[in-house]
Amino acid sequence: MTIPDGPGPTAAYDGNLMAGPLSELFALDVSVAVVRCRGCGANAEVATLRVYGPDPGLVGRCPGCDDVLVRVVRTPDAVWLDLGGVSSLRVPAPKR
Amino acid sequence: MDFVTRGFQGRPRGRDDRLPPGQYLTGDFPVLSAGPTSNVDHDEWELWVATEDGTRHTWSWAELMALPAETVTVDIHCVTSWSKLDTEWRGVSLDTLLADVGTAADFAMVHSYGGYTTNLPLEDLLDGQAWVAYGYEGDDLRPEHGGPARLLVPHLYFWKSAKWVRGIELMLEDSPGFWEQLGYHDYGDPWREQRYQGD
Repeated sequence: MTIPDGPGPTAAYDGNLMAGPLSELFALDVSVAVVRCRGCGANAEVATLRVYGPDPGLVGRCPGCDDVLVRVVRTPDAVWLDLGGVSSLRVPAPKR
Repeated sequence: MDFVTRGFQGRPRGRDDRLPPGQYLTGDFPVLSAGPTSNVDHDEWELWVATEDGTRHTWSWAELMALPAETVTVDIHCVTSWSKLDTEWRGVSLDTLLADVGTAADFAMVHSYGGYTTNLPLEDLLDGQAWVAYGYEGDDLRPEHGGPARLLVPHLYFWKSAKWVRGIELMLEDSPGFWEQLGYHDYGDPWREQRYQGD
């Protein structure tokens, strides 16, 4: 599958917008993580997702099929994360 | 109770009295979306209502247009804190759409083209409180604001007024929708500032 460059026709942002709220949850930089879409099977860096928001929440969609991959909501006292559209998340980590 | 509370202040209701707590007034109409703008042609558009026993009622665009329409002027309140007063909408009351639908359901899940969902008590869709709206300020409702048709439930935060409405699932038990699953309040009354779970 060919994944088009950049945000979709109506997505205002790409996945770099998710780096801030996700940094509250993950010790590593998730914007360079690769997610696999449960819907179409495409692999995409989080930074290349088509992102809608930022309010009421961030919605990251697959650049291949537009399915919802990641949702993040920051309420006053919690971060809510949904990765239901993702079948795997590969985060580069230091060699061990 | 509202009459007593507001009348107690001894003056006509001004703009401040129409602004729920934590809200500010805007003259704009901000566009908030969880996905791409849906562009559904009238020939392909269909609205369905499904009851708890699986009975399905459907309306084509032409059938929706043939139903009695109402023009309503209401204030709308977004959970992101903007409010807009005196917005004029045209559409079909849910009382009309649900008049011949037999159900014992207490809850509804509203479904949109594009996959968005939101849940409400069924009673909040009845008694002149909700519409399937296709006109805004004298024009067709534009796609970025939910056209060809969106739900309009102005007494709740505006995320409940689902854009690009395509169906209403009637349910015996409550179930959370798209934002209600992720920290937002199940009911969303702006006058009680029910933005997030626990409010």
